[in-house]
Amino acid sequence: MKKQNPIIRVEHLSIGYEGKVIMRDLSFEIPKGDIFIIMGGSGCGKSTLLRTLTGLIPAQIGQIWIHDIDFINAAPQEKLEISKHSGILYQGGALFSSMTLAENVALPLQQYTDYTPDKISQIVAFKLALVGLGGYEDYYPSEISGGMRKRAGLARALALNPEIVYFDEPSAGLDPISSKNLDDLILEINKTLGTTIIVVTHELPSIFTIGKNSIFLDKTIRTISAKGSPKELLKNPPNQQVYEFLTRGENYEKRTK
Amino acid sequence: MDMTEIKREGNSIICILKGVLDGTQSIDLSIAELSNKKIQLIGKDVTSWTTDFVVELFNVLRSVPQENIIYSHLPEGMEQLLRLAFQVPAKQEETPPPENSFLERIGQWGITFWGCTRKGIYFIHECIISWGRQLTGNAVYRSKDFWLILSDCGPKSILIVSLISFMVGLILAFVGAIQLKTFGAQIYVASLVTIGMTRIMGAVMTGIIMAGRTGASYAATIGTMQVNEELDALQTMGISHTDFLVLPRINALILSMPILVLLADFMGILGGCFVCVVFWDIPLGEYIKYTLNSFYMNHFLVGIFHGVVFGYIVALCGCYFGVNCGRNADSVGAATTHAVVYSIVWMIVMTGLLTVLFQGLGI
Repeated sequence: MKKQNPIIRVEHLSIGYEGKVIMRDLSFEIPKGDIFIIMGGSGCGKSTLLRTLTGLIPAQIGQIWIHDIDFINAAPQEKLEISKHSGILYQGGALFSSMTLAENVALPLQQYTDYTPDKISQIVAFKLALVGLGGYEDYYPSEISGGMRKRAGLARALALNPEIVYFDEPSAGLDPISSKNLDDLILEINKTLGTTIIVVTHELPSIFTIGKNSIFLDKTIRTISAKGSPKELLKNPPNQQVYEFLTRGENYEKRTK
Repeated sequence: MDMTEIKREGNSIICILKGVLDGTQSIDLSIAELSNKKIQLIGKDVTSWTTDFVVELFNVLRSVPQENIIYSHLPEGMEQLLRLAFQVPAKQEETPPPENSFLERIGQWGITFWGCTRKGIYFIHECIISWGRQLTGNAVYRSKDFWLILSDCGPKSILIVSLISFMVGLILAFVGAIQLKTFGAQIYVASLVTIGMTRIMGAVMTGIIMAGRTGASYAATIGTMQVNEELDALQTMGISHTDFLVLPRINALILSMPILVLLADFMGILGGCFVCVVFWDIPLGEYIKYTLNSFYMNHFLVGIFHGVVFGYIVALCGCYFGVNCGRNADSVGAATTHAVVYSIVWMIVMTGLLTVLFQGLGI
């Protein structure tokens, strides 16, 4: 059974850990080439949703369609195929500390392609240059700053030219400039490579700068309480929680209508 | 002089605060009498105050709803502090769940025990499959990692293993000789040390050292990788962490253990020799002769076999607790502790089983 179009379609999904439901009845679609923001307060289940979408934890109920394939019930080989076409940038970069940046970026290439070592090192150098880390091939993750680690993580996520890249809190722990640079990089990648980008964040400047579409996860009702472009949501807030979130806690009753 | 004055008038209580309020004053109000009453705090005569006094006041008034408290002429900071403290209603005390009965607790324990056993068996199963993949050349791991790990658990352990084994041989000889002296049979200390070290002590001591040194480091390294989401990254790249992290570690320990046990045996015998020659005046030639006489190949191989089994146990425990580590610093600490404790416990259990087995086989 196959469904048509959007690159990711989620239907009536419940997420959580070991019998504990964190969010339920989540339904949304992510169009190809979108920059899609999953936003919400701390501890509302944004990262859990990301982990479910990437197959790190099992979904409790519901369906996830990625590339028109039923991701939850897919055979391991099919899941692997989907994983190959998606990259993930973890909160801290999640680089392997015993490997240099070049080795980190090369790992997925060695794993999934038949390229010669020469070709791989060329691709690695290009990907690192793409994220502004040209010349840092032989550095270990412990020798570079947090922002650089994230960019190196992004280079690794982009190694196989994925169609989807997931970002888990890209701005966390970064200074405003680094954070803005990373946002610019996300926009560039989206524009030049046409990559679909899914970002989990609660950083308002990022949300408004990069977000084309979004969903808002509401902790109190444990499901999605708003969908749409972040700027649109700010203009016409559908409910108090979304308005307060997008305005850093301004009074909903006193808003200019 | 009392710094607070309480007036009770019908449905309201007036609390007049005056002078220096530094927290040493007692507030003569009981929590019981405050319910459903209006409390008025008057503070126009307060000359100075400290947060200690505000803490006292807050603790007395904390059960009173905010709207029942009237502030009049309190020093500005004091009023703000109190309002801030009352801003968010205190969390309601939850009634603790009733304590489980004895049977329920046994049931719970049983469920947990079965869960852990299943996880352990699954992990061993994964490792065996991973080995299979390695034999067919399909396992994903970097030989560079393997050599690094091997150099860490092999050559770098030589000094500590030598030192401890030498000491164990020394102690064995010393204690043994005191007993054997009563029969005038001191020379048999050489046999005692040789058989003791080669058959079991060399392997056990090496196993314990490696559990503390290498097993703990495996658990801490992999546990920290779990905290840093590196294991997640591997999983989403479709790389098995058993292949990539566990396999090289198990291989490295299994390879280095026999050599380390061999070294431990030798150093133990050397320790025994030192005691005999220096303290008990046994000629060196005699000691060597008796040592060679009591060196049996089967004892030696049993010791080496124990070493391999212990290496496997230490690597397995270290990696298992690392992989199943939680996502905070505490969990890494717990994983390391568990890795060492379980390694040692399982080593002793396996020693018992193997001893019975070899006894049965007549080795």
